[in-house]
Amino acid sequence: MTLALLPGLGETIPLQAYLALAAVLFCTGVWGLINSRNAVRVLMSIELMLNAVNLNLMAFSNYLDGQLIRGQVFAIFVITVAAAEAAVGLAILLSLYRNRETVDMERFNLLRW
Amino acid sequence: MTIASTTQLICILVLSATLVLGSLGVVLLPNIVYSAFLLGGVFLSVAGLYLLLNASFVAAAQVLVYVGAVNVLILFAIMLVNKKEDLSAIPGLAVRKLLSGLVCGGLFALLVRVAFTTPWALPGPLPVGEEATIRIGEHLFSDYLLPFELASVLLLMAMIGAIVLARRDVFSSDVITGEPVDQNLIEKARTPLLLEKSTLETTP
Repeated sequence: MTLALLPGLGETIPLQAYLALAAVLFCTGVWGLINSRNAVRVLMSIELMLNAVNLNLMAFSNYLDGQLIRGQVFAIFVITVAAAEAAVGLAILLSLYRNRETVDMERFNLLRW
Repeated sequence: MTIASTTQLICILVLSATLVLGSLGVVLLPNIVYSAFLLGGVFLSVAGLYLLLNASFVAAAQVLVYVGAVNVLILFAIMLVNKKEDLSAIPGLAVRKLLSGLVCGGLFALLVRVAFTTPWALPGPLPVGEEATIRIGEHLFSDYLLPFELASVLLLMAMIGAIVLARRDVFSSDVITGEPVDQNLIEKARTPLLLEKSTLETTP
């Protein structure tokens, strides 16, 4: 079978698969955070990174802490804080757009020098 | 290999393909509306992964909060600020993209290496499975009570802060005469404060 090429994947899904997936998600988020010109896309990249961290927490909670699932509690708190962050971030973005008439990140340089 | 593990394998393959392609689409697609909808797909596939990890409550919370609230909020923001604007070209943009891609690739290699070389204490204790919701409730009202209450305060602060930041200082009636104000006039009369020209004038 082709699955013999991936040892350990046949029986149950290893913890490392989830960790690698979260790493992909996190690095995509970091790249988008650096390179986005649109401010809304920057917020979306932050959400991607938060989801990657949550995925890590949940994987550790299931594989290493199966009885006291503290990772799930932490993930709930992270979701709460992410919702608050999204609301405030988008409000700041709206206020910024109203004052500067643009969402280009390169032109938000009022506080730079 | 049992049927259950085969199903699990197929599920995780499909979910990870959706996750990776969706997140790449969120970052790379030029049209931001497509990005926002793909972000909803990414959130949904993360919720599916939570289901595979025996966490039904957090999966439901993920769907409700992320897909139902955050993604809709982002779509609202896109609709409110969606103006066609020509982005001015920046010198060295390609170099910047390449460099940040290299940095992110290095970060990814580091993370994967750590994940595969660390001797995890596997197999850990058996997962509680369907009792997870009960355990979360016990945690939230015993040893995580203070963070739980602080989270409610944080949500209240975020709500008030968002309202204060995003509202317009427009009155429905004139302060002096008490007559109703034509909202359209206010819309047209408002002047953006911090445009490039005004900043150039004020900077010494």
